[in-house]
This record gives sequence, structure tokens and C-alpha cells, in this order.
Amino acid sequence: MNWIVLLPPLIAAVLITLVLHPYKKISVFTSILACTISLGGALALFFSSSNEGLSSFVWAAVPGLKITIGAMGDHLAVLMLLVVTGVGLLIHIFSYGYMEQDPSLSRFYAKLSLFMFSMLGIVLADNLVMMFIFWELVGLSSYLLIGFWFQKPSAAEAAKKAFIVNRIGDFGFLLGILGTWAIFGSIHFTELKEIVATSGVPAGFSSGIVALVAFGLFMGCMGKSAQVPLHVWLPDAMEGPTPVSALIHAATMVAAGVYMLCRVFFILELSVSALDVIMWIGAITSIFAALIALQQNDIKRILAYSTLSQLGYMVMAVGIGATTEAMFHLTTHAFFKALLFLAAGSVIHGLHHEQDIWKMGNLKKYMPVTFWTFLIGTAALTGFPFLSGFFSKESILFAAYHQNIVVFSIGIFTALLTAFYMTRLVVVAFFGKERTHEVHHAHESPLVMTVPLIVLAILSLFGGVIGIDHYIGEHKVAHEAGGFYFVMGLSITCFLAGTAGALFIYLKAKAEPFSLPLLRDKFYSDEIYEACLVKPQQVLAKALSWFDYWVVGGVFVRLTSISAAGAGEILRLLQGGSLQAYVVMFILGVALLCYWFLVRVAL
Amino acid sequence: MNFLNYLPLAMVVFPVLACLAIALGAPVRKTALATVVLNLALVLVVACFIPHTQGYHFVTSFPCISLPNFFEINLTLGVDGLSLAMILLTAVVSVAAVAVSPLNVRREAEFYICVLLISCGAMGAFLSLDLFFLYVFHEVALIPTFLLIGIWGGQDRKFAATQMTIYLAAGSLILLVGILGFYFALPEGARSMDLRVIHEILSSGRIPVVMQNIIYPLLIMGFGILISLFPFHHWAPAGYAAAPAPAAMLHAGVLKKFGLYGLLRLVVPYLPEGAQTFGNILLILLLVNILYIGLVTVAQKELNLMLGFSSVMHMGYIFLGLASGTPIGLTGAVILMVSHGLSAALLFGLASVIREKTGTTLLKDMGGLAIKAPMLAFLFITGALASMGTPGLGNFAGEVLIFFGAWKVHPWTTFFAIWGIVISAVYYLRAVRSIFFGELKTYPTEVKDFKGLAETWPYVLLVGMLVAIGIYPAWLIKWIEPSINLITNL
Repeated sequence: MNWIVLLPPLIAAVLITLVLHPYKKISVFTSILACTISLGGALALFFSSSNEGLSSFVWAAVPGLKITIGAMGDHLAVLMLLVVTGVGLLIHIFSYGYMEQDPSLSRFYAKLSLFMFSMLGIVLADNLVMMFIFWELVGLSSYLLIGFWFQKPSAAEAAKKAFIVNRIGDFGFLLGILGTWAIFGSIHFTELKEIVATSGVPAGFSSGIVALVAFGLFMGCMGKSAQVPLHVWLPDAMEGPTPVSALIHAATMVAAGVYMLCRVFFILELSVSALDVIMWIGAITSIFAALIALQQNDIKRILAYSTLSQLGYMVMAVGIGATTEAMFHLTTHAFFKALLFLAAGSVIHGLHHEQDIWKMGNLKKYMPVTFWTFLIGTAALTGFPFLSGFFSKESILFAAYHQNIVVFSIGIFTALLTAFYMTRLVVVAFFGKERTHEVHHAHESPLVMTVPLIVLAILSLFGGVIGIDHYIGEHKVAHEAGGFYFVMGLSITCFLAGTAGALFIYLKAKAEPFSLPLLRDKFYSDEIYEACLVKPQQVLAKALSWFDYWVVGGVFVRLTSISAAGAGEILRLLQGGSLQAYVVMFILGVALLCYWFLVRVAL
Repeated sequence: MNFLNYLPLAMVVFPVLACLAIALGAPVRKTALATVVLNLALVLVVACFIPHTQGYHFVTSFPCISLPNFFEINLTLGVDGLSLAMILLTAVVSVAAVAVSPLNVRREAEFYICVLLISCGAMGAFLSLDLFFLYVFHEVALIPTFLLIGIWGGQDRKFAATQMTIYLAAGSLILLVGILGFYFALPEGARSMDLRVIHEILSSGRIPVVMQNIIYPLLIMGFGILISLFPFHHWAPAGYAAAPAPAAMLHAGVLKKFGLYGLLRLVVPYLPEGAQTFGNILLILLLVNILYIGLVTVAQKELNLMLGFSSVMHMGYIFLGLASGTPIGLTGAVILMVSHGLSAALLFGLASVIREKTGTTLLKDMGGLAIKAPMLAFLFITGALASMGTPGLGNFAGEVLIFFGAWKVHPWTTFFAIWGIVISAVYYLRAVRSIFFGELKTYPTEVKDFKGLAETWPYVLLVGMLVAIGIYPAWLIKWIEPSINLITNL
């Protein structure tokens, strides 16, 4: 059963790459069909009782270590499968409209299918190594898709950066996996859970070690889910085609880090300090990214920082111990953020690749469907009462309220900022007067693009009340606990304040009225990276290369050549040229050899 | 089946016969290609019929020198799972190397004879059960390597060939002393050059610790120079940069693995106390190989030098697997030996294609090749990804097992070694970025892609092997498991 979910995208990717790529339409059809089959498989898993019909094979088995490629069929996995395949299918369809003119359409769909395969592998993974395998493959497909327009130097650089930063996270993840295996003696989630439940941490492993292992696992999440300080790749990843941003860099891949944390939560739970670190990094990421989003002008970058900020929420929720809430928000976020990105894609498509919101304006007149769906997405994201994002964000804030009041305050303030920057985006891009002449030529996108928007808009509207949270598990804090209405009231107030503030400032604005260089330049994260990591490493590499060439190479080559020359000199002295001398030396040599052998034999 | 016993001998003899035929005027390229393809077929036959049990199979022995009670040398050939993995690597890389050998090369016959002799020597070394021939076959393969670089090489070929000769000759000499020391350290009267006899002797008794402490450094240094262990690595990048493609492919891919193979056959099983005495030094050296050479690789400006240093760097991982001494780590080391051989051959082969198409070796002068040559880009990026340890390709399976195997024994070394996966991502992605991505630079001649499978099949063969190991390493593990058991159960 799990193979029906996992394999079709792989088969599609291979077929397109090897055979079908000259035939664009067939390639697109194959890729979409594969995604549909996966969705069907996921639905079948949803309706069947868990773990029925799942199978696995042994990938590598050595005494002491057995790595399998199998599957999990629990609610966590099935929910994530539905999100990935469902949102994935819509984006597959949308992409046909968005990418139709691209000469490399087949290559695009091959990579998209490769991504689907890798992502589904992460979700299905029943052990840490299988997860790591697909984790890396997801990184690879993300690299290939960010660099899809590889002729563009900025895209090529962004792809490289994404892969390398993710590798830094994977370094920690792999250490965490090895540590987990060393402590508990297993890599399989069900076995690990049993071991942890029955015997806890074995004697001999201090709490510090457990915390380090948990932190290692979390580092994987920091890379994939772009948590501070490994966040730098995600905004640049917007160089990829917009449907890719929607699928990979908003709805699914970046959420994989959060999914992974929920998967291994029973290990993280063993260390309070690790959970604290996770909570704080999540909180810092959420407010940090929201602040930067205030001053961005590129429609995709605003959404990218918003994604960072929301991922921070989810990670923070895991740190609080609220995994149900985290997965709930992950799901609703997948709906409305995919919607926002696709709608942004529709705008970009309609404006012939214009991304600066200050060059838009009054788009609601030219692109009504895009406008309304974008508005619904914004409302859901900013916490408009009773839309999907409202419920999921609310549940996280409520859990935070009972855990740590500082973190709760950060969360509330971030909600205010979110309402502010998203309203700014909507007001500047869709309302007011046309800011440039080109806007007059804007056109609504074709049905193949607007229908996915409408479906996602419906999900964003009602995703909060269809019981996603109850499907995954219990809420961390029951509604009956105190302060429920206080938190709800506070967050509605924040929503209203942020929206009203942005309306007041931007409805009439002709250009950005504030200039906050610190925020506009993203707290100089790229510059700090450049100065603290990239440059020193380049200098070190150059210095070592010089050392290797002149010292290691030089000294050894010279030493050996001198000694070889020296030996030559000695031989030359011995070679007087007289035959007698040779004969004497030959006999001497033979005698020496005989003596040596005889003595050895006699001994 | 009786005829199977002669297959190992045939694999060594056929290339020699082919050399003779070429010398006598047979069509050069066709004969060479037919021979290596035939050898690959023979390896596959052996793979089909080899029983998955401990010990050597299909053994034939021909007495050569016999001094009673003193010295006995036999040409003994046989296969176990470990050598099967190695000869499969040899056969596949040989096919690819002959196939990509230039069509109109100066002194064509001599060129192909050299290539065939390397293949023959490597086959012989991995098939020999006799220490003497194990050593001699490797030497047989080295000489044509020097010649190929010195005569048909590119930039600085004289210097590169001389430097390589000095290093490797020194390494071989030290190795010879080490092997003789090993031989004489065996108990009196039972001394033998035969690996099977040695194993039997040393299963019951051990080499005295004093002797181990003398032999171990000799063998590590001797094999280490051949494997380009720091600080004896300097011959490799310059040598590979100057070498014609088939020589670089065969040496970096196959011959270099001889040193590691030797360590697996002699040092890991029989010199554990020696390893204990000097273990920390080896751990430091291998870390230097990974981190220091890794950073040196980052600084390289030429594609060929970068690939050469990268190949030096990855030896560090294999050393880590060997140093772990655990079944997991050793298995990983063997998988990485094979996979690294395939990926190094792939990359060196393609690098020479890139050099031909762009007319330069400087990374900064390249760019945008993927626009004109998507197939070339696909193959090269696959090779780079393999070498970086991306799942789905063989190197990943090897590296992951090495990390698991080494983690419990040497956690700190493993910790730092894993940082290497970031470093190799940095230099490979940078190379891919500057060769294939960005805008198309102007080149002396118009860049053309491969013309379909007719031109790409040698590379596709290598990629196919990497994929076969990467997505399902279990088949290779099943081969080598008995050999690893033999080592670790001692």
C-alpha cells in the first residue's frame, strides 16, 4: 500500500527524464497522474485501519545495524501525506498554466515529481536513516528546482546556498541520529518509542548527552525549516519558479522539519533544556522574520519571510510540547500559504514577471479571482476570526500562554506584525491607483490556475473546523483551562490593530513612508554570514592550499629528490667502471644474502 | 563447476594476450574493448556462481619458486566476496576507461597496451592469494600508469610523472619491507606467502606485539603513500591533473584502492595491537585528510586539481571505516571503495571531456555549459552528487555505514569527519555552478553535447553501477559479508 503512495512520482520522474522529455504534454500528464495516484493511495491509507498492508524491505543489514525502507501508517503520517499530495496535486495543475511557455517544461515536471517522491519518503519514513535518506533527496530536489532557471546567476547562487546551508543542518541531524542509535540501540521509531517508554534513558548517559542528541536532531529541522540562524537560504530560494516556492518553500518541504520534530518528540521530550532551546529559537525566528517582512517590497520575499515567521510559530509550539497544535498549524498554513504563493504567482504571471508591490496597485480590478483568493489567504494567515489560521494560531498561543509568558508575548506581538505586513501587501498591490502603466495590461489567469486557487481558498476558509487537530491527538492544554477567552480576545485585538494600522498608513501612500534600513536589509544576516563564515573560510582555504603546495609538497618532494640524488651519488662512487669491482661487489652481495637467509633459517 | 576455477586466471591472461595481439597488429581499439568487455562478462559469471560462504573460491595455483623449508612462491588466484567487489570495480572502470580512450592518439598501440596492462595488473592484484604476486601485480600496473602520464599527459606531465614515480616507488619499497617483515614475523617453519595459510596460522596464534609495532607503521606508510594519506598525498592531484583520462580513471578509480585492499587483507585483521599503539596517529592523519585536504580542495581553481584533491579527501572516510574495525564500518569502507572508484572514474572521464569542449581547465573561464550540453551536465552533476554523498548513489551508503561503524569506537573523530560532508558540498556545488550554470561563456569552438548513447554509454555504465549500489546496497553487502566476518571474528 505504501508503495502506491511513494513510487508513482519516482517512476514519473525517471520516465520523463529518460524517455518522455521531448513530449511536453505527455510529461506534464504523467507527472500529474503520478501525483493523483499518490493522493489516491494516501486517501486509501486514511480510510483503512492503520498499518494494514504496509510493507518494507531491507536496504542494508550488517550485524548490529538494520536499515529498512518501510512506512508508518499512523495519523501523523497520514495527515502529512494528505497535505503533501493534496496541495501537491493542486500545485502540479497550477504549474501547467504558469510554466506552459517555458521551453524546459518537461524538466520542470520531472524535478517536481522527484520532489514529491522525496517528500513522501520523509513522511512515510519508519526509521531515522530512511528519513535522512529522503531528507537529503528533498534537499537535492529543492536545489534543482531553485536553480531551475540556472542561466540566471542569482538562481544558480541561491540554489547552491540552499543546499550548503541545509547540509550544515544535516550535519547536526546525522550526529543526532548516530547519538540516538548509540544511546537507545535502535533507529526505528516504533522500537525507539518502546525502549523510551519502558526503560527511559539507559544508565551511563548523562542528561547533557541526551540534550546534545536532541539538539542535533533539531539542527536538521533548523536547516530544513529555516530557523535562525540557518534561515538565510529561504528568502533567496524565491529565485525558483513561483509554484515551487508554493509547494516546497511554503507548504511542504520547509514544514518537514516540524514534522520530523513531532515524529521524534518522544526523544526531545527527554531533555527539558533541548525543548527550551527549540522553543526560544522558534519564538526568535517568528518575530525576527515578521520584523523583516515589514520592509520588503518583493511580493514573494514578503511571503517568504512570513513563511519563516509561521515556521517559527510551529517550532515554538513543539518546544512548548504542543505537537498537535504544531501539526494543526502546519496543515492550515500549508493551505493558506500555498494559496498566497499561487495567487502571487498569478499576479506575477499577469504582470509579466513584475514582483515589486510598489509597481502594482488596483489589481483587484484586473484580476478579481486572484484578488479574492489572495484576500482569503491573507485573512486566514493574519488570524481573521474563525478562518483556518485563526484556530491553529490560537491554539499555539493558548498553549504558550500556559507555558511561558514571555514567549506568549512574542507570539502575540508577531501576530500583530503579521496582520500589519500582510495588510500592507494587499493594500499596496491590490488597492489604490495603478502605480505603473503596465498594470493596465494585467490580465486574469486562465482556469487551470484559478481553479486551484479557489480550491485552496475553500480549504483556507474552513480548514480550521473540520477536525484536523482532533485527528492528530489531544491539545496540550484543554480549553477549560483558564484564560481561553482572554487569549482569544487579545489575538483578535492584535489582528484588528495590525490591519487597521496598515490600512491607515498604506491606503493612501504613494511610496513607502518609512525607511528602516535594519529591517530592509534583513538585520544584515547575509553580510554577517559573509564576514564571519564565508570570508574566513575562503582565507583559511587559500592559506592551507598555499601551505600544502609550498610546505607539504615542497619539503617532501625536495627531501625525496635530494635523498634519491644522494643515493645516486653513492652509487656513482661505487661504480668505478672496473669489471673486477663489480664482480667483487656481486659476490659480496650474494654472500650477504646467503648469510642473512641462513641465519634467519637457523634461528 | 570446473571451468569456473580457471576464470580468475583468464581475467589476468586475456589482457596480456590482447596486448600481444595488438603488438602483432590486431585492430587496436576493437581488441582492447573486446577484452575488457569479455573480462566484465567473466566477472559477472563469477558473481553469479560464487557461493556466499567464507573463504576463497575458484582457486588455482601454479608453483613458481620453491626453496624447500624457506621460500615458496606460487601464482595462486582465487575469489572471495571482497575481491569479487574489487574485480567488479576493476572490470567496469576498465571498460569505461578503454571506451573513452581517444580515437586518434599518437602511438595508438602503445597507449592501449598501457591501459590494458593497468587493468591486468589491478585484476591480478585483487585476485592474488599470494602476497608476492599481490605486490608484483600492483607494480605491473604502476609502470604503465607512469608511462601514460609521462608520454601522453597534459600540462606539466614530466614533473607530475616524476613526482608520482618517486612517491609511489618509495611507497612500494616501504611496503615491500613491510610485507617481508610480516612474512618473517610469522612463526618459524609455518611461514607462507599464501593468504589462506596466513589466516590459518594467525587464527590460532598472533604476531608478537613487538613485531606488530614494527610492521604496522611500515605497512601503513607503504599502503598510505599509495592511497595518498596525508602527508604523502602530494603526488595525487598533480598526477591526476596531468594524466590522460583513462590513466586517471584507472588509477584514481581502481589502483588507488589496492592500498586499501591491502590494509583490509593484512593490517586490519592481523595487526590489532599495532593498530592500538599507533591508532591515534592514524585517526589524526585521516582527519587531516578529510578537513585539511577538504579546505585545500575548496581553494582549487582548476577542475582537474580540484577533483584530484577531492579524491584524496575521500580516502579519509575509507580510512575511518578501516580504523573502526567494526563490521559496520568495514562494510561501509568496502562499499565506499567501490563507489568512490566508480564516481572518481566518472568525474575524471567527464573532466577531460569538459577540457576538450571548453579548451580550459580554469573554473572561472567556464560557465553555462548546461545550456549547450545538458547530457554532459546531467552526468557530471550525478558524479558530483555521488561524490558528495547524496542518497540514491553508492557513496552515500558507504559513508553512512562508516559513520555508524566508527561512531561508537571513535565518536570525536567521527564528529569532525562528518563536517566533511559540508566541505565537499561547498566545493562540488561551486564547481557545478561555475562550469554548468550562469550565462554561456564564449569558447574557442562551439560547444556540442554528447551524441546520444553512442557516446555516453561508458559514463552511463558507471552511473548505473552507482545507482545500483545506492538504491539497494544489500546485494553488495551480501557479497562482502563473509569476508568481513572472517576479519572481525579473528
